[in-house]
Amino acid sequence: MSAKMTIRQVGDVTMIDAAGRITLGEGSSTFRDTIKDLVGKGQKNIVVNLADISYIDSSGIGEMVSGFTTVTNAGGQLKLLKLTKRIQDLLQITKLYTVFEVFDDEAAALASFKK
Amino acid sequence: MSTDEKSLNPVVDEELESTLESVDLAEEKAVSVARRMGFSEEDTFRLGYAVREAAVNAVVHGNRYSANKKVVLRIATALNAIEVRIRDYGDGFKDEGLADPLAEENLLNQCGRGLTLIRAFVDKLTVEPAEGGGTLAVLFKRLPPAAGEH
Repeated sequence: MSAKMTIRQVGDVTMIDAAGRITLGEGSSTFRDTIKDLVGKGQKNIVVNLADISYIDSSGIGEMVSGFTTVTNAGGQLKLLKLTKRIQDLLQITKLYTVFEVFDDEAAALASFKK
Repeated sequence: MSTDEKSLNPVVDEELESTLESVDLAEEKAVSVARRMGFSEEDTFRLGYAVREAAVNAVVHGNRYSANKKVVLRIATALNAIEVRIRDYGDGFKDEGLADPLAEENLLNQCGRGLTLIRAFVDKLTVEPAEGGGTLAVLFKRLPPAAGEH
């Protein structure tokens, strides 16, 4: 299964429920296109729910970083929700835990935009 | 060189097209061998991940998807170790020319994390010019002692 991005709006926050594999090729481009589309529509508060992501390679990690930069440059925030153990490990190895704001709980992620 | 590396027996020797399908295939073959050897699920995942990243480097950065250039995949095993050799026919590669992806000023770079992840997931990685041109990446991973004991 390649990547599937399901969008839902919760107040001022756009939630991306990501599923499948974000790898070089279709998966990475699906993620990239989703972020660009949302930013193009003026959505600036974005949470990416990674609970159902089964695999992400270095290209996919790069797309997440690129998405973070795109959203930040547009004056918004991109945050991550429900990382699997393996994705946690990947972010530790690449030191990206210092870049992304990460949440285990959706309500906490949503509330963080109101601070 | 350890005893492990001296006693390696070839189990896979294939030429692959420079495509993303070959990346999947390289990962699948390494995972299949690792499972048969008794690597844990996590170590199998880590080896497969490292092989995938090395295969992407060969297909994308080495051969640049060229239909005229193959990727050579060789897997050899010993009783308690696996070695995966991935060779491309690209213009060569200089590790020292890469930006450190873990340096604070590079954390927001989109690319450049593959080798860091490979090194984290195998016991040894060498990347060197291949004889006759291109680049050879050699990944080596030992079976943890407990899993290898019968």
